[in-house]
Amino acid sequence: MSAIVGSSTDTDTALADVARGSPSPEARHVPGAGLDPIFKAALYGCSGLILVLLASILILLFWGGWPALATFGPSFYWSTVWNPVTEKFGAGVMIYGTLFTGILALLIALPMSFGIAFFLTEIAPVSSRRPVGMAIQLLAAVPSIIFGMWGVAAIIPLMANYIQPPLIWIFSSIPVLGYLFKGPASGLGMLTAGIILAFMVIPFITAMFVEILESVPAMLKESAYGVGCTTYEVFRNVSVPYGRTALVGATMLGFGRALGETMAVTYVIGNANRISASLFASGSTIASTIANEFPDAPAGSLRNQSLLELGFALFVISFIVLAISRMLVRTGTK
Amino acid sequence: MKISFFALAASVALSSMIAATATYAGDITGAGGTFPAPVYNAWASDYKAKTGSAVNYQAIGSGGGQTQITNRTVDFGASDAPMAADKLAAAKLLQFPTVVGAIVPIVNIDGVASDQLQLTGDIVAQIYLGKITKWNDPAIVALNKSVTLPDLDIAPVYRSDGSGTTFVFTSYLAGVSPDWKSNVGSATSVQWSAGSGAKGNDGVAASVKNTKGAIGYVEYAYAANNGLTIVDLQNKAGKLVKPTLATFTAAAAKADWKDAKDFAVSMVNVEGDEAWPIVSTTFILLPKDPKDPAKSADVMKFFDWAYKDGSAAAEKLHYIVLPKDVVDNIRTSWKADVKGADGKSVYGE
Repeated sequence: MSAIVGSSTDTDTALADVARGSPSPEARHVPGAGLDPIFKAALYGCSGLILVLLASILILLFWGGWPALATFGPSFYWSTVWNPVTEKFGAGVMIYGTLFTGILALLIALPMSFGIAFFLTEIAPVSSRRPVGMAIQLLAAVPSIIFGMWGVAAIIPLMANYIQPPLIWIFSSIPVLGYLFKGPASGLGMLTAGIILAFMVIPFITAMFVEILESVPAMLKESAYGVGCTTYEVFRNVSVPYGRTALVGATMLGFGRALGETMAVTYVIGNANRISASLFASGSTIASTIANEFPDAPAGSLRNQSLLELGFALFVISFIVLAISRMLVRTGTK
Repeated sequence: MKISFFALAASVALSSMIAATATYAGDITGAGGTFPAPVYNAWASDYKAKTGSAVNYQAIGSGGGQTQITNRTVDFGASDAPMAADKLAAAKLLQFPTVVGAIVPIVNIDGVASDQLQLTGDIVAQIYLGKITKWNDPAIVALNKSVTLPDLDIAPVYRSDGSGTTFVFTSYLAGVSPDWKSNVGSATSVQWSAGSGAKGNDGVAASVKNTKGAIGYVEYAYAANNGLTIVDLQNKAGKLVKPTLATFTAAAAKADWKDAKDFAVSMVNVEGDEAWPIVSTTFILLPKDPKDPAKSADVMKFFDWAYKDGSAAAEKLHYIVLPKDVVDNIRTSWKADVKGADGKSVYGE
């Protein structure tokens, strides 16, 4: 943009020179000409800095974690051993925890987001759309550590006293489902982490859903209403299929956000380096393991290198998820 | 006009930065375990009232304390786990003890009060190995005929951060259970087979308090100050002992300070009918070649004051003070081992 501005100023000056007949030194002097290259250089510098920063993070993680990968081989990514005493580390438990809590969060958040988005676009009276929309945005602005505090203070006692004991009592004797609901009712665990992540992820998904649903052409919806479709039928058969690709993309954006959440998850997930089928079992995510163990792992030790390798794995997973989501959203909303 | 505005803004920013970084001379920072945090914080506030110098102690876990002092980002490090001699030499650190404290198991079972439940070390090891999963397990019931134990799942709680308290507790379990020794071992961070992790001694105390059927291990001050249910343990002599200052002192008295290199004694599983089995001293780590000798001198001045005037505060919090000859040895090694760039000893008096 600046280049175009600069050249039009130069062109004006050149034309003025031609009209005058001879270029005069005073006419040549453009007020902004001296600062313009500096301005452009600063802009290049800013963008370059961001790229350099991204590259340096990637290189730090890759280079720092490479010795761990070299020691353990590719089995590092699925090994479930994390033993600081024997110095054997593996990312299996953390990758499982990260993906499992992310999927749990999506399972809880998706129906609510669909509901809120459709409510905001179709059903809500116009006067209440702004307040409800703003309330959703406010939820997005809450810092994640506050969600962690809320989780510990409100959700954990709720789960431990009212939700987990009845579920354990009902399901633990049923053969297959029982494995999902085993364990002491400590209030912590994968399900609690999934619930808190769902609340963190709902504003993002809802905002994008609203945008996508609003982009459905009014003509399509009007014609559906015209032939007698109910609101639900319009939603299910017109709006959602129209924006299907973009909706999937928005979901993956929410998933990408849930993958990287640290403090909210660390407080409620129980920090156990074990895989268990139960929803109430403690586990770990990549972010919670790094938050817990990185300060104690001296630089250069195998544990430190394994943690850096974990960070690299998270970086790669998040990057892939977000890239797919952007691609889908872009092709979905024209 | 614009240039002078920017110059003004820059000079204001620079001067406020300089003002903000001006700290009161004599302030020291330290980081380390939550095991001694209650007594260090009590000492810090008494010291500030007396001399005006602030001591800023961050309880981030013994592992974090060792890392920070190795990187020289703090003035002193605190660790309940003694550092290995080769690591101390590599990082050029002096290690000396300050107080002795005890670790007690705490539980949360409806209807069971403090000092009612009795356990052996082997049972605690089996619980943390995930082999005993319910409170009404026959092994526990056999030891506790006077207590009704409910059919409740046991929820073990351990430390998720690198912890000297974990080191002492796992040393105890390794001493009483060969199963534990071969499968898990003892360190500031181990691979736990069952239960969930919490951050810091205070995190474990809170976690046990909020979870029915939980068992955890904390330094005694946390259990006493939070009104948690404490468990009696069987010691090496086979006697069931209560966690009191008398049993802690009986264990601390057995420490062999003379033969300990870098003051690294073990007070776990000591002999004696009256000895509590999980007792430990806690260490301070100081650089032997300080870049800022004045700061190291301030650290030694603070702990010198603590050895002379801090005993009352320590005992109020249920810690045990070190014997006089050990304190004299500590002062000798301050003089001998902490040297400034000119080779002269940093410790003044």
